Amino acid sequence: MTTPLASYLLVSALLFSIGLAGALTRRNAILVLVGIELMLNAANLNFIAFWRYGPNPEALTGIMFAIFAIGVAAAEAAVGLALIISIYRHYKTTNLDQIDSMRG
Amino acid sequence: MLLDVRPLTNTMPSNVTIERLDQLKDVPGEVTLPFFILSVLTILGAAAALTLRNLVHCVLALMLAFVGLAGLYLHLDAQFIGFAQILVYIGAVAILIVFAILLTRGGESPSQSIVSPSWAISSVVSVIVFGVLAWTIRSSATTRHSIPPQPEVTVKQIGDALMSRFALPLEVIGLLLTAALVGAVTIAMQDKQEMK
Repeated sequence: MTTPLASYLLVSALLFSIGLAGALTRRNAILVLVGIELMLNAANLNFIAFWRYGPNPEALTGIMFAIFAIGVAAAEAAVGLALIISIYRHYKTTNLDQIDSMRG
Repeated sequence: MLLDVRPLTNTMPSNVTIERLDQLKDVPGEVTLPFFILSVLTILGAAAALTLRNLVHCVLALMLAFVGLAGLYLHLDAQFIGFAQILVYIGAVAILIVFAILLTRGGESPSQSIVSPSWAISSVVSVIVFGVLAWTIRSSATTRHSIPPQPEVTVKQIGDALMSRFALPLEVIGLLLTAALVGAVTIAMQDKQEMK
C-alpha cells in the first residue's frame, strides 16, 4: 500500500495555485512574497517526488536540484524583504496599490 | 497536434532504465494515512497563510505549511531535504518575514480590504492554472507508478556529490548567497540623508 506519484503532484499543484492566488490577490507586499515562497516550495515538492519515483534515485539529481532551489529561494526572500523595508521607509506603506508612482 | 507528448519509456536511452520502468508501471496505489494528514496540514496552512487578516497569524500559518512540507519530504525518504526545509524555512525565512512585518508595522490588522481590487480575475486565473495542472497529472501515464524500493541515500553521499559532480553549482550558489547578503544589507540600510 503506497501513495501514487499523482497524489504528490496534485498536492503540489494545489499548493502552487494557492500561492499564485495569494500572490495575485493580496494587497500587502509581504504576503505577495509569502505566496511566491509557497510556489517555490511546490516546485521543490515536485523535484523530490519525481526523484523518489524516478528510475535512478541513486543519481541524487532531484535532491541536488531541491538543495539549490532552497538556496536560491532563501536569497530571494532576503532581497525581497529588504526591498519591502526600503519601500516602506519611502512610502510609509506596504500596500501595493498605493505604490503606483510609476503608473503610466 | 503541436506537442508530441510521448510516454517516458520511449525517450529513455538505456535498456536497463526501460526494464526498471516497466517493472514499476501501473501498480495500483492508495493514499496512505500519513500522506493524507501531512498534505491536509500543508494545504490548510498555506490557505490560512494567504487568507487571514492579521499578518503575524499569516506567518504562523505559513510555518505550519512548512512543517507539513518537511513531513512530506521525510515521507518521501529525503531526510536531508526535510531537515534543511525546517532549518532554512522555519528557522530563517519565517523569522525574516516576521522581522519585516514588525519593521513595517504590519502587526496590527488592516482596517481596509486585504485583497486587491482585481481579486476576481486573479482567482479565476489561479483556478484555471490548477485545473490545467490537475487535468495534465490525471491524464499522464507516467504518474501512475507505484513507489520503487527505498534508495540508500546518506548525507555522506550528498556531500561527496556536492564536492565532486556538483562542485561548480555549489560555488555559484555560494557566490549568489554572498551577493544577495550584501545586496540585502545595502538595500535595507538607512540613508544618511533620510535620517537627518
